[in-house]
Amino acid sequence: MSRLKDWLIAAGLLALGRAGQTPPPRAEQRVLPPGLPAPRDERRVLLLFAAATICAIAFVAIYALDRLPDPTQLLGISLGLALIFLAAACLVIAKRLVVTEELEEDYPPLEHEAEQEELVLLVEESGERFTRKRLVTLAGAGAAGALGVALLTPLVSLGPVLDMATFLRTPWSRGRRLVGENGKPLAAETIEEGTFYTAYPEGADREQLAAPLVLVRLPRSALHLPAGRAGWAPHGILAYSKICTHAGCAIALYRTPTFPLVEPKPALVCPCHYSTFDPASGGTVLFGPAGRPLPQLPLEIDRAGNLRAAGNFSGPVGPSWWGVRMKKPT
Amino acid sequence: MIARTIRYLDERAGAAPLLKKALRYVFPDHWSFLLGEVALYCFVVLVATGVYLTFFFDDSTAPTHYTGPYRPLDGVEMSHAYRSVVDLSLSVKAGLLIRQTHHWAADVFIVAIVLHVLRIFFTGAFRRPRELTYYLGVTMLILAVLEGYLGYSLVDDLLSGMGLAIGYAVALSIPFVGANLAALIWGGAFPGAPSFWSRMYIMHVLVLPILIGVLLAAHLALVAARHHTQFRESPRHTERKVIGLPTFPAQAPRSIALALTVAGVLVLLGGLVQINPIWLWGPYHVAEGTNGAQPDWYLGWLIGALRLVPGFDLVIGSYTLVPNPFWGGALFPLVVFGFLYLWPTIERRMTGDRRAHNLLDRPRDNPWRTAIGAGMVTWVFLIFIAGSADRVFVTFGIHYVSQIWFYRVAVWVAPIVVALITKRICRELVAGERVAAIRKQAEREVATLSGTGRRD
Repeated sequence: MSRLKDWLIAAGLLALGRAGQTPPPRAEQRVLPPGLPAPRDERRVLLLFAAATICAIAFVAIYALDRLPDPTQLLGISLGLALIFLAAACLVIAKRLVVTEELEEDYPPLEHEAEQEELVLLVEESGERFTRKRLVTLAGAGAAGALGVALLTPLVSLGPVLDMATFLRTPWSRGRRLVGENGKPLAAETIEEGTFYTAYPEGADREQLAAPLVLVRLPRSALHLPAGRAGWAPHGILAYSKICTHAGCAIALYRTPTFPLVEPKPALVCPCHYSTFDPASGGTVLFGPAGRPLPQLPLEIDRAGNLRAAGNFSGPVGPSWWGVRMKKPT
Repeated sequence: MIARTIRYLDERAGAAPLLKKALRYVFPDHWSFLLGEVALYCFVVLVATGVYLTFFFDDSTAPTHYTGPYRPLDGVEMSHAYRSVVDLSLSVKAGLLIRQTHHWAADVFIVAIVLHVLRIFFTGAFRRPRELTYYLGVTMLILAVLEGYLGYSLVDDLLSGMGLAIGYAVALSIPFVGANLAALIWGGAFPGAPSFWSRMYIMHVLVLPILIGVLLAAHLALVAARHHTQFRESPRHTERKVIGLPTFPAQAPRSIALALTVAGVLVLLGGLVQINPIWLWGPYHVAEGTNGAQPDWYLGWLIGALRLVPGFDLVIGSYTLVPNPFWGGALFPLVVFGFLYLWPTIERRMTGDRRAHNLLDRPRDNPWRTAIGAGMVTWVFLIFIAGSADRVFVTFGIHYVSQIWFYRVAVWVAPIVVALITKRICRELVAGERVAAIRKQAEREVATLSGTGRRD
């Protein structure tokens, strides 16, 4: 026991004692201006180092402790403080302890004229033996360019560059049943006014832009669909693509008019950029950045009373591209 | 011991002259010079935490069902990518700390770069002979924004999926080639081929970081080659002589302190301030969206622009020349970054000033530049703010459509007003200084005449 005490005292003296307090006078030639010892600041640095050490150890301890249910905050505080204490120690060293002198230096010369000239000559003289310089340069550039194109060609394999059919394909066609989130067929009588439903094509991949539909029901008197869509909304049930024609987000908001003076119409709203579509008039844009109406899907009701598609969308689904108004969805 | 190490290095690498030069390199001192350094240290933190994250991330979009400690997601179908990040956050010890620190570091990284660019712009530090340094810096800003976008998109949570859909729409909207380009990048129509995820992943963890690292090295090398600029703080600060603290011993501990502070603050943020709690958003599905969707701050200006543009596609016959997202999502950033790239040339043409500059302008010293810069900042900032109109509607009940109409006008009027006011302020500040100088001079003369003043 007393042995341990001796060791501790010896270690303490070793740590605290200021060995070589007066540096050996090496007056011959100094690089830096001389500075006086600053024991108080030195003590501060030691304290900060100690604090950093404790915090770092605490981090390890918190990590090792299995009992804590959610240690993220404690881990953050301990590691963060360890870094901050260390930073503070460096700052005291920088501002109070380290020998600081202001230096003056010439900015480097802007130009090296001799070298510039030599380089120009070097390049010019290196090509002296060519007689048809321009032709050779042109041919070389052509070869390099062609090789560049060749090397980039495999990139075309990344995707269907020319086959635009992928933008027009939909899983919908006449007779395809609509199913809900749970995969069960949607009965027409379960669709109510004042809310909206999400529907999918039965048995098709749901993770394609043309799959999801948004369904709403409006009083038939409120409908004024474009010409040629007379039978598209049996019992006032309307189906639109759920994908906004502006930027491809899902139309996840249905505004039923609570302030008739300002916003008289029910509307489908995209939460990304607030494109607002009018379900009563065939998905036309009421407000916001969308440049095309929402594609409408014609519906019919089968003998069992379930909703089915009566054809394909009125136009291509999703955000606009150069051919979006030239072709029909397939 | 020190002598031995130095001798060892000198004999084997001939390093002594180089080391001496590096250690005695002079840094002019001004608080605003630290901004670039903050960005540098954020990048270091990003690489360190990012490497750790890759040890856990799974880049597959194949579906799986969640089982784990977070009950609300029990049995929910999700991609392996999303699941691996949920697991990293909620089941890996210290995983959430590292992930949140990484996310915070990305946000602070871009804040620091933007402030750094503003400092460079408003003090004229981009002028000859430092144009290349500036161009590299602007390029790194673009890469950093792209890198951040890819980083949070990889997670495949609901918010990031919506962000990807918007990115896809912006790619589609590029005139003539948009659809073909998007099909190339995504490997087909949205949400794309499964390999799209590995493409994003390799870009995020290898290609872009290396590109940023290389540009960063070139940026720093160019700074060192031409030396730092400095303010005219005293008559001793001239175009010829740089005055400041040497790397060693004075600058090194300061810089290390800054590095540790940046790391410390980021870790504290990562531990204490929740960011992007993806388990609350849920996995992304094409058919799902969430209200009040806001991206990370550095994309706020783009969402604002996308929301402000009136609803139209530019159509010729049945050919859609410019789909709507192009204006806000592509043209707007193109104009802003184009302005940043072209400004040194524009200013040189306008002022005819082709001289080399080592001394910085204070913003007031160049009223035209400051006015145009302030106008530009106002323009971008207002569009950024417009992106929060939906939150303002929810929080304060201010009618959304009216807000958008207000911004549609304000973003064009306010920059001009701000530019004019800024120019006036600059002129007045300079005039004020001149008056003060004249008054001082007069007082000195009066004092000399009456024989009471110090003679100097």
